Amino acid sequence: MLSDKSQSSSEQLKKTVLHATHVESSAKMVPFGGWDMPVQYSGGIISEIKAVRSSAGIFDVSHMGRLEFEGPGAESILSSITSANIPALKIGRGKYNFICNAAGGIIDDAMVYRTGEDKYLLVINAGNVDADMEWINPHVDGRTDFTMNVVTNETAMIAIQGSSAVEIIDSLSNGDASKIRRFRIGAAEVSGIPAMLARTGYTGEDGFEIIVAADEGVNLWKTLRDAGAVENGLGSRDVLRLEAGLPLHGNDLSVETNPFEAGFGRFAYYQAPNCIAGYALKHLAEIEPSRLLIGFKMIGRGIPRTGLKILSEGSDLSDESKVIGTVTSGTHSPTIDVGIGMGYVEQKYSVIGTQLVIDVRGRAVEAEVVDMPFYKRE
Amino acid sequence: MYPEDLKYSKEHEWVRLNGNIAEVGVTVFAQESLGDVVFVDLPAEGTEIEQFSKFGEIESVKAVSDLFSPVGGKIVEVNSSATDSPEVVNEEPYGTGWLIKIELSDTAQLDTLMDAATYQATLD
Repeated sequence: MLSDKSQSSSEQLKKTVLHATHVESSAKMVPFGGWDMPVQYSGGIISEIKAVRSSAGIFDVSHMGRLEFEGPGAESILSSITSANIPALKIGRGKYNFICNAAGGIIDDAMVYRTGEDKYLLVINAGNVDADMEWINPHVDGRTDFTMNVVTNETAMIAIQGSSAVEIIDSLSNGDASKIRRFRIGAAEVSGIPAMLARTGYTGEDGFEIIVAADEGVNLWKTLRDAGAVENGLGSRDVLRLEAGLPLHGNDLSVETNPFEAGFGRFAYYQAPNCIAGYALKHLAEIEPSRLLIGFKMIGRGIPRTGLKILSEGSDLSDESKVIGTVTSGTHSPTIDVGIGMGYVEQKYSVIGTQLVIDVRGRAVEAEVVDMPFYKRE
Repeated sequence: MYPEDLKYSKEHEWVRLNGNIAEVGVTVFAQESLGDVVFVDLPAEGTEIEQFSKFGEIESVKAVSDLFSPVGGKIVEVNSSATDSPEVVNEEPYGTGWLIKIELSDTAQLDTLMDAATYQATLD
């Protein structure tokens, strides 16, 4: 009953500084974005999810790309390649944004933090680093008014997320951590380890994404684990982000989609005069998108999965005229105990409460468009 | 991990024979590979199935797998605790986590399955 397609070769895969620590913890390792990463630990995905929702979990996110831009021209290069209003970004603040091509297609989604007067950190998806760099580099070449440094390998990044995450980091930083408010970034020592703490995450919970020198990664991981945070892999991370209504590039966002049809137009600032995607994004902002990214909840028995067809009604699943979209992410949500998903549908079917049918491998299963997030912390 | 009184298929299902009724479930290897089981879809009682044909689906948080029946015959009982509380498949794959009971059409089909030692050897 099991296919073995997941058993691909682990050679050529990159390893984070925490790799051996994951293996020691009996993590199941899988290839992800060119890295050999833990998908789950021995307790299983559901117990990892519960730990994050009820107390705290830690995630190795060292595989994510980290780029530092520094110099008087840093503001202008980031204005041109991201969709964030960089001049309005104050020191110590972060902003979710898109890296869009000249047609407004999403090459990647990213977080940009202003860490100093002329200094910024851009965090990008591991699997998109090559595509991002291919697109960014021509705009950087020849510029002498800033430097761009890829610091992915010289640093480790660990996310701690959950209702007690801030409390844990506060106790390890003499209360310095909680002075950093949501969507801000600041320096602090965590158990004596010099760190940059970003009060951001990908789970719908409060917490931090902590960047330290690579050789402090294992020390920080073990310190947080000893403080009670539960090790979490990519499996729980994917469910947690979906429950929180957060999109995943490669699933819900792609170069074939734009920020407006994804419902994230508010993160597409196109007014910067040198924004490469500015013209396209302005146009996309002014037109009605033909399709929209929706969240839906299963009514019937079944779990939505990526790639399944969404129909307006299910009397005949082979009737192509009833197909209105495709599932881009789906899972069983352990937190709300129901199948949940995202997908693009024709605009008129995107209204909250619209009844849909998901073609679950030949079974017509009823679903309903709902507001996201599926889960919101109290 | 692999009880000696059961027969096993290469698709990681097991069979326990009581008279001409075969109880069917998935092995410890299967449930560990799947991870937390969150959904089990089984056919209606009375359905006739052929040996090694698909009879349902089992889903973990991450993945979907087809269930193949190690024997053929008429499904005389389906385990509603497995469909209502799929975690029983992880907890007791050879006990409360059984999936279906089949009235065997041909007991000779059991000879095409593996004993515990042979099955275990395929996992190494």
